[in-house]
Formats: sequence, C-alpha cells, structure tokens
Amino acid sequence: MIRNTFARGTRRGFLAGTAAAIAAPAILRGTRAYAQDKTLKVGFVSPKTGPLAGFAEADDYILEGIRQTFAGGLENNGSSWSVEILTRDSQSNPNRAAEVAADLILGEEVDIIMAAATPDTTNPVADQAEINEVPCITTDAPWQPYFFGRNGNPAEGFQSTYHFFWGLEDVIGVFLDIWGQSGVEKSVGGLFPNDADGNAWGDPQLGLPPALAEAGFTLVDPGRYQPLSDDFSNQIAAFRDANCEIVTGVMIPPDFGTFWAQSAQQGFAPKVVTVGKALLFPTVIDSYGDRANGLTSEVWWSPNHPFNSSLTGTSAKELADGYTAATGRPWTQPIGFKHALFEVAADVIRRAEDLEDYEAITAAIAATNLDTIVGKVDWSSGPVKNVSKTPLVGGQWQKEGDTFDLKIVANSAHPNIPITGELKLI
Amino acid sequence: MDWVNAIVQGTLLGGLYALFAAGLSLIFGVMRLVNIAHGDLIVLAAYLGLTVVVTTGLHPLLALIIVIPVMAAIGYALQRGILNQTLGDDILPPLLVTFGLSVILQNVFLEGYTADPQKMDAGAIETASISLGGLSLGILPLLTFAIAVGVIAGLQFIFYRTPLGRSFRAVSDNQDIAQLMGLNKRHIFGLAMALALAVTAIAGILLGIRTSFDPTAGGARLIYGFEAVIIGGLGNLWGTLVGGVILGVAQTIGAKIDPGWQLLAGHIAFLFVLAVRPNGLFPRVSG
Repeated sequence: MIRNTFARGTRRGFLAGTAAAIAAPAILRGTRAYAQDKTLKVGFVSPKTGPLAGFAEADDYILEGIRQTFAGGLENNGSSWSVEILTRDSQSNPNRAAEVAADLILGEEVDIIMAAATPDTTNPVADQAEINEVPCITTDAPWQPYFFGRNGNPAEGFQSTYHFFWGLEDVIGVFLDIWGQSGVEKSVGGLFPNDADGNAWGDPQLGLPPALAEAGFTLVDPGRYQPLSDDFSNQIAAFRDANCEIVTGVMIPPDFGTFWAQSAQQGFAPKVVTVGKALLFPTVIDSYGDRANGLTSEVWWSPNHPFNSSLTGTSAKELADGYTAATGRPWTQPIGFKHALFEVAADVIRRAEDLEDYEAITAAIAATNLDTIVGKVDWSSGPVKNVSKTPLVGGQWQKEGDTFDLKIVANSAHPNIPITGELKLI
Repeated sequence: MDWVNAIVQGTLLGGLYALFAAGLSLIFGVMRLVNIAHGDLIVLAAYLGLTVVVTTGLHPLLALIIVIPVMAAIGYALQRGILNQTLGDDILPPLLVTFGLSVILQNVFLEGYTADPQKMDAGAIETASISLGGLSLGILPLLTFAIAVGVIAGLQFIFYRTPLGRSFRAVSDNQDIAQLMGLNKRHIFGLAMALALAVTAIAGILLGIRTSFDPTAGGARLIYGFEAVIIGGLGNLWGTLVGGVILGVAQTIGAKIDPGWQLLAGHIAFLFVLAVRPNGLFPRVSG
C-alpha cells in the first residue's frame, strides 16, 4: 500500500521536476544577461570535507575577506568588473575534483579556475583546465608531483595551467640546513611510506638518498611502508642498530604518532626528528602532547614571514591573528597560500588585456610578477615553465608555557625570512 | 633476537586487532549481520572518549566508565531502531544500511570534530616499557593484549555460562524456534549489539591512546577486524584472538623482511587461511 502511493507520487513529482529542470537553464541564462555590468567568474576547488579538510579549514575566512575586497569591483582597461567567486568541494577525492572542475568550466563557464591543497586537488583540476584551455592557477602542492604527476614535459610545459609552491629540492635543502646546525652524528633513519610523497622523497635518483649521500650523511632506509601501519618496531630496531641520531620522512599524523610512541617504548631516542607533512598543523602537535617538543619540520609560511598582501596590505601576522580571532583556532600554513591565490587572481584580472579572451588571461598569468603574502610569485624564473617557487624554511616546535610555538630555526636559502629561535636537540 | 622481537611485537599488536574484531565476531555470531560501520563505531568511541577526557579531565582509561555504557546504549538503540528493521532472509539490506551508516558517521565526525587528527593523552603509560630478556615491551601494548584476552574470556563466559548467553546462542541457532520458546529476538539482538559496542568502546579508547585518529580512520581498521574474524573462524571468540595474533605476527615478520610487505604479509596470511580452511581455523561447531 505504502509502496503504491509512493510510486504514484513519484510520477507526478517526476513530471513537475522535469519541467522545472528543463525550464531552469532558460531562467538562469536570463538572469545572467539581465545584469548589465561586466561580471567575471572565478571558480575555486578545495577539499572542504574528507581526509584533506585540514588544508581547507581557513577557506571561509579567507573568502570572506576576499569577497569584501572584491565588493567594489576590479578595474580592467578602464572599466569596472564585478568578480563572482564560485567555490566547490572536492571531498578530498581526485575524481570528484575533476568532476566539479568540469562543471565549473563547462556548466558555469568560469573565466579563471583555481585549486589548492595537495596534488589530489590541484592535478585533476589543472588537467580539466588544460583540456578546455581555461586559465588555471593552483598552489599548495610541491611542484614535482604537480608537474611530473601530470606528465609534464619540462621542454614544453603546459599551455593554460600555472602553479606556485616549493619543491622537493627545497625540502632537502631545509632539512640539511637543520641537521647541519645540530652537530649530531650524520646517521639518518628514513621513514618513507608507499604513497606519492613517500616514493618521491625516497626516490634513489631524485629524492633524499643522493642528496644526503652528497652531504655526507648515511641514510638507513628500511623500505617503503604502507600508510596506516600499526607497528614500526622493525624500523625502530634498524635505526637503533645503526645508531641513527636523526630521523626523517614524510608521514601522515597517525603513522608518526604510532612511530613516536613506539620509539619511546623501545628506548630509541633520536636527537633530531625532521618529518614532513605530519608536523604542519598546530592541532596535530597539540595532540602529541609533551612528546612534540623539539620536533622539526618544513615551514612554507608563518605569521613571522616578512610579507604583506598586495591586495589589502595586511601583514602575515595580521592575517594569521585575524583568523585566530575570527575562529578561535590556531593559524595554519595553508592560510597564507589561500590568500596569495586570490592576490594573483586579482592581479591578473587587473592586468589582462582582454578579460573576454582566455588566451589573454593566460598570458597575463604567465607575465605575473607580484610580491604576495607568501613571497614573490613570478613564472618567468621557475624551475620549469608553469611553476613559480615560493620560499621554504625550517622550523622547530618549541614549548613555551602551555602552548607550542613554531620557531624558524633554518633560513640559509632565504635569509630575508628572520630566524625566530635556536635549534634545540630533543 | 630481532626475529623474536618481531614475533613478540606482532603478538601484542594482535591483541589490538582482536579487540577490533571481537565486536564484529559477536554480532556476526548472534545475528549473521556484517557490520560495515564497525570501524567507524570504533572511531565514534574514540571521539566520545576524547570528549569525556576534555570535558572532565579524566584519564582516558578511566573515561571507559562513561564511554562503555554510552556505547552500549547507542548499540541497543541502533539495533532496535534501525538494524532490526533490515534483518531478514536476505543479508544484503543490513549490509547496505551499515554501509550508509558508515558514510553518515564519518561526515558527522567531520562536522562535529573537524578534520583535525586527534589523540588522547594517557601520560606516562604511553611511552613506558619494561625490559624482558633483552626485549623492550611497551606497557600500553601489553595492557592492550591483556585487555583483549580479558574481553574475549569475558565474552566467552557470557556466551556459555549465563542465561543471556543462552539466549544469544538460541537466537543464533534458530530465530523462529527461539521466538516460540518465549525469547524476544529483537530485544536479544539489541542486547548483542549493546555488548558488541561496549567492546568497541574499549577498542576505540585504546586506539585513541595508541595513535592519532581522524573522521576517516575507521575504514582502514575494519579490514583487520574482518580478517581476524575470518582467520579465527566466524563466530568463534577465542579463534578471533588467535586470528588477530596471526595477523599481527604476519605483519611484523613481513615488515622485518621489508617494510613494504608489512600489510601485504597480513593479507597473504589471511588469503592462505581462506584457501586452506575456508571456514577459518576454528569454525564454530554447528548445532
């Protein structure tokens, strides 16, 4: 009986729904033509939900500020353009990211598409943009997985897609900088998972092993482990046997937590622990408790970076403090890059010769030379075409009172970013 | 010595896997329900534990006093409210409903607790260890193993020595006849799920002390639970403990050879058992 009523209701509903669906595009298109002032559409894809959501937690705060700044419209060739920002959630899933990017490009017909946070978001979005020849700006993923992960050819590069961030060579430089200061035994234990990052970092030709050998460090690399392992006792035994005083790797927080607790249980006490990825977020550091004191990591951006927004003049510190004041949460490193992404977009919109033309917008992106809140973005001097590098330094989490502070302890590649603390051995 | 260490550490790891699996084993044994949301329920317990620890300042292990009854109540309500409606001759509807539940739970965690990895701070116990004949054994893994043995022994006692266990076995053997004998199978199923989630509460708290967890951490844990249950034999509780230990030892020995083989070795051990003894090592005696 219930099923019967349901079925009948559905048919009627279906007819009404279909009619509405068929009519909708006509109405929507009507609205767009109705607005007489010129509107530019910017699409933005980020992982608002899912395992990568931590990278996108500041999106709402950044977007609110950007929308206020854009409210008066942007000037281009003497006329004012209003900018509409359309955001989409990738759900931390590369397939979904490609899907929403295609929808933004083909359905919403955005003029510029942007994406941020890990190759799982940037790559599928950039691929969609490249196929459709829509200008695309991405950030917040090391450039090698972005460029080579998309089968980029350094001689040719890509046509419409541009990226700014640092690369593996910067991480290696920063890590060596930290270890050089420490003065401990040059014996390093490596923990590289069997995922995109782990394989790139542990690569015997392009990763850490050759660079470490060149700098006189011996690397103990037991092999790639599977992410979400529950046991690291074998790695710990290998490191202990080789008297490793330094531990490095690129791990996710649960794996590092397991490793670090087991190390203590097994009586393995390295003096310097420099791990990528796991130690980025203050909330993660807090969750490790006192044992987090002295851990070192790469730093892409911090409130102490001496940069200002080209859009609002806000300093790095003001942006981070604003986030903490608005949400009650500690600052995170992606905040600066999110803001910088829109700085670049605004700059491109102002400079483009013809905003109706994708190629002109792309040309404006390529010609960017802008001092943003994360440093200079300039695609003319990147390691490969389509990539611009931002500065990377080394930091150490040091406990001050009840809270952890990320002190910049290594800056030899970028001395303009001031040192804020001295490296301490664990 | 390294090999002995690998085996001992693997055995202790097996305790954790057995705890993940005990609830699954119990639910399957009583009502033939495959609970895909089990991993997420473990994470739910971890989050409840975290909430209790943060709000009351209790030690995570003491938080069990609150988390166990809460999880049991959730289990009873879940079974009576949702899962009982789906049980029938077809095993597919409950499977799909628990799958949906898993997705819902993950998004509720994300909404309520954000994507931040969380961890419970249990203080010195996390890193304490004792030396035993040249081996260094962590107190927390030892405690986990002891709790796993205790939980399995307790479940075994409930199953075979109490009136409640008799009811469980009765509905498991033949639901209709048990119903004729005056047992309310809906209520019994509710109690079984309550008991299973009480065990899940312990697993969740221990997981949350051992390492960090986030809203999506449950799925990865589910597979070990299933494998331990199947290696040990469906519905056999001691078998589940043995299954967990076999899985743990296979993983650490695999990792001893090459860390890349850690998880693979566990899966191979599982496939091997499945190929040689499709019903598991200790299938429950039928009837």
